[in-house]
Amino acid sequence: MSVEVQGLTKNFGDFAAVDHVSFSVEKGEIFGFLGANGAGKTTTIRMLCGLLEPSEGTGTVAGFDINRQYSKIKHRIGYMSQKFSLYNDLTAWENIEFYGGIYGLKDKEIQERSRELFAIIGLEELKNKLTSSIPMGWKQRLALCASLLHDPEIIFLDEPTSGVDPLSRRNFWKLIYQLSDMGKTVFVTTHYMDEAEYCHRLSIMKQGRIIEMDNPRSLKEKYQVKTMQDVFLASVRGEAK
Amino acid sequence: MKRSFLSIVRKELIHIFRDKQSLFMVLTMPLLMLLLYGYAITLDMKAIDIIIADHSAGPESRELIRHIEATDFFKVSVYRGGVAHIGELFQNREAQCILEIPRDYGESIRTGIPVQLQLSIDASDPNAANFIQNYVSRVATLSFAGYKGLFTVEPRVFYNPDMRSAPFFIPGLIALILLLICALLTSIAIVREKESGTMEQLLVSPVKPVQIILGKVLPYTFLGFFDGLMILIVGSLLFDVPIQGSVLLIMAMMLIYVVTGLSLGMLVSTVAKTQAVAMLAAITMTVLPSMLMSGFIFPISSMPEIFQLVSRIIPATYFIEIIRGIVLKGNDLHNLYKPASILLGLDAVLIALSIRAFKIRLE
Amino acid sequence: MSHSDRETVLEARDFVKNYGEVKAVRGVSFSVQKGEIFGLIGPDGGGKTSLMRSLVSLLKIDGGELYFKGQAVSGNPDYVRRNIGYMPQRFSLYQDMSVAENLRFFADLFNVDRDLAETRIEELYGFSGLKPFASRKAGALSGGMKQKLALSCMLVHSPDVVVLDEPTFGVDPVSRSEFWQILGKLKEEGTSILVSTAYMDEADLCDRVGLMFNGRILIVDEPSALPERYPGKLYSVRTDEPHLVHDALEESGLCGECNLFGEGVHLTLADGTAESRIGDLLRENNLAFESFEAIESGIEDLFLRLMKGDGDER
Repeated sequence: MSVEVQGLTKNFGDFAAVDHVSFSVEKGEIFGFLGANGAGKTTTIRMLCGLLEPSEGTGTVAGFDINRQYSKIKHRIGYMSQKFSLYNDLTAWENIEFYGGIYGLKDKEIQERSRELFAIIGLEELKNKLTSSIPMGWKQRLALCASLLHDPEIIFLDEPTSGVDPLSRRNFWKLIYQLSDMGKTVFVTTHYMDEAEYCHRLSIMKQGRIIEMDNPRSLKEKYQVKTMQDVFLASVRGEAK
Repeated sequence: MKRSFLSIVRKELIHIFRDKQSLFMVLTMPLLMLLLYGYAITLDMKAIDIIIADHSAGPESRELIRHIEATDFFKVSVYRGGVAHIGELFQNREAQCILEIPRDYGESIRTGIPVQLQLSIDASDPNAANFIQNYVSRVATLSFAGYKGLFTVEPRVFYNPDMRSAPFFIPGLIALILLLICALLTSIAIVREKESGTMEQLLVSPVKPVQIILGKVLPYTFLGFFDGLMILIVGSLLFDVPIQGSVLLIMAMMLIYVVTGLSLGMLVSTVAKTQAVAMLAAITMTVLPSMLMSGFIFPISSMPEIFQLVSRIIPATYFIEIIRGIVLKGNDLHNLYKPASILLGLDAVLIALSIRAFKIRLE
Repeated sequence: MSHSDRETVLEARDFVKNYGEVKAVRGVSFSVQKGEIFGLIGPDGGGKTSLMRSLVSLLKIDGGELYFKGQAVSGNPDYVRRNIGYMPQRFSLYQDMSVAENLRFFADLFNVDRDLAETRIEELYGFSGLKPFASRKAGALSGGMKQKLALSCMLVHSPDVVVLDEPTFGVDPVSRSEFWQILGKLKEEGTSILVSTAYMDEADLCDRVGLMFNGRILIVDEPSALPERYPGKLYSVRTDEPHLVHDALEESGLCGECNLFGEGVHLTLADGTAESRIGDLLRENNLAFESFEAIESGIEDLFLRLMKGDGDER
C-alpha cells in the first residue's frame, strides 16, 4: 500500500475543509481527485505532503506516519502545486539544478537524472531558456521534471494541466502513464472530466467528504451515464442511482 | 545537507544579478541618500548676520572688527552710531546677533582694564545662539591675545579640531543607510516566495529552515558589504572625512553590522504576509529609531531614561559608536570590543529568531 | 442561419499585436453580431487575452484595426470604455469589501444614478443568486460565486456588449454550468457577448466560436457545423486501457491522427489503411477493446488536427 489514511480531517476554525476522509492507494495506481473548488482536494493533498498538519486522523505515506515521520516522507514524494512553482527568472536548467540541489543531489546525479527525464519529456532544446519565456505546456512538463529529480515513489499533482492546450495535456498524460508503468503512484486533481477517465480510480469530493470512490467504468455504470462529466454533475447534485 | 544550502545561495545570486532594475536601485539608492542627507544635515553655520555697533571707533575696535570679518562665520555690518531698536532688527531678520563695542573700549585695552562687550543674540534657534556665543567669545579672545593682563581660557579641541560637523555626521549616516538597505534587501526575500508559490515547493522538500535563512542571508551579505564600502569611500572623500583608525577594522565591523541589518529584514520577511507590508515594516523598524535614538543626531545621554533603554536595543547605536570611534578617534579593537560583541550577539539572536519564526507549514 | 443581415458590434480586421519579438496575435479577422454569444476557444498563450484587451482599448494596436459598433477602437478609447462591459482574466474584485459594496462601487465608477443602480443591483441579484450573500466579503466567496460577482459588477452600468476573458477559469463544472446559464439569460435580454475559454466543451454553449491558437483564429463557425469541418473520417476505439491501445496504434503507422480521449482513442486512417486492420492489430497485440466505430468529430478532435497544421507546438 502506497498511501493509506483513516479519518483524515482538517479544520480551519469552525470550518471542516476535509471531514473524516479515508482511502488507500496502491503502488503504481493513478488516483484522481475530482470536486468543486473548496471541496477539499487541495487540502487533502497538502496534508499528505506535510504542508498542512492534519487536525485529526491517522495514515501513512510511503510507509511513514503522516503525523510523526513527516521529514522522512519528504524524501519519497514529489509535489507539483496548482500555482506554478518554478522560478521565472531562472533558466530551465537552473531550475532543475536548484531543485536537485535542495534534495541534496550531487551535480553528477542531477546531470544523469535530468538527462533521463529530459529525454522522456523532450526538454533538451529549452535548457538554456528563461523559464518565463517557455510556453505553458512545456513549463508544466518542466515543473513535473523538477519534482521527479529525487526519484520519488509517490507524486502529487494538483491541477497540473489547467489552461494547457489539448496536445500538451495529452503529452502530459502520456508522462503520467509512463510514471505509473515505472511503478510510481500518482495522485492527481483535475477540472477536465476527460482526464478523469484516464485515472485508474477516482474519488469525488464534496464539502470535505468523499462521496464517490471507484474506477471510471463502475462509476458510469452506477449512474447509468456515458461520461465522467455526467457522473460528476449527478454525484455532486446528489442524484445517485 | 551542505548541498541544499549551496543551491539556495546559488539561486539567490542568480536572482540578484538577473534583476538588473533592482540591482541598479540597490547600488544607487545608498549613494543618493548619502549625498542628499550629507548635504542637508549639517550643523556648520556660515554667514551669520552680525551688526556691530562701534561706539569707540578707534584703532583697537577696528582691529576687533577685522578679526570678526576675517572668518566666514559672520557677515558683518558696522553701525557707527548706536543701535536703537534691537527687537525690530531681530523681528525683521536683519541680524541674528548684535555686538556693541563701548565708547571706552580703546582706552580700557590700552590701560589693561577688563572690558565688557554687549552681545545680543536672537535665540529663537537655541542651537545657533549657542554657536554664535562661542564663536564671538573665541574671536574676541583671539583679538585680545596681543594685550597683556587679560585672563583668557585657551580651549584645546581634540579629534575634530575644526569642529566641523561632517566627520561627526557622515559616519552616523553610513550606519543609518546601511541598516536600511540591508533590512530592505532581505525583507522581501521570503515573503516573495510565499506570494509566488515557490515556497510551497521548498516546503515539501527536505530543506531545513536554517538552510533557507542562511542561504538567503549569505549572498546578500556580499551585496550589503559592497554597498557599505561604497558609501564609506564616497562619504569619506566627498565630505572630507579623514579616517583616523584602521580601514580594515571598519570593514570587519561593517561585515558584522551588515548581517545585523540583513537578519532584521529576514525576521520581518518570515512574519510578513505580503511584500508591501514587509518593506514598510523594514523601513519603519530601521530608519525611525536609528535616526532619533541611536545618537546619530541627539546625544543619547541627554535623552529621557526610557529612550536611553530603547537606544540600547537599536543596532545603529552600537555601530555608530564603533564607526565614530574609528573614524574620529582612531579607536582600535581594544576600545571597541564591547559594542562589537553586542552586535555579534544581535546577529545571532535575530537569525535564531528568524529560523524559529519560519513556518514549515502553510498555515 | 446567416449573420450578414445582422448588426455587427465588434469586429477585427487583420489585427496584429506584438510584444517586442513575440508575436501574440498574427493577423486575425472576425466579427461579433448583435445578440450573439461568440466564444474564443483555445489554450493559454494563444492570444485570446491580447485580442480582448485590445478590443476594449487597453492595448496599442500593432496592425489592422478593431471596431466597436462601427467606430475604430484606436481613435475612440473613451467611447469604447464607456459603453462596453469588460471582465478581465482572473478578476478578483475588492476582497475586503462586501458583495453589495463592490456592486455599488462599480455603479459609482460608471456614474450610474443611485436609484437606477439599486434597481439594477436587485435585478443582478436575481440573475446571479447572490442576494443571500450581499453582506459577505468578496474574499469569503467560493470561486464560482466570485466569478458571478465579477460578472455582476461589470453589468451594473447595463452595457449591451460585454467582453469576458476566461470567466470560468479554474471554476468547477457545476459552477461553470451555472455561469453559462447566466450568460444565456443575458443573451435573451439582447446583450452581445464575446467570451473566451480554454475549456473546449464550452463551445457548444456559444452561438458561434472561433478556435484560436498560436496568435491565429484557425476556424470560425457555429458549433453544430464544426464536425463537418473535420478533414477526413474519424474513428473511435473504446477500451479500458486507452494508453496501451494508443501506443500500439501510434507505433503501427496505420493511423494519421491518433489521440487519447477519455474513454479510448480517436484516430483517422493513414492513406491505404483498411478499416479492418485496426481491429486486427489490436487483437494481434492482445489488447482488449469494446468497440471500433466511425464517429462524428468533437471540437477537441478538430482542434488537435488544426494545431498540427499550424506547425510549431506552443
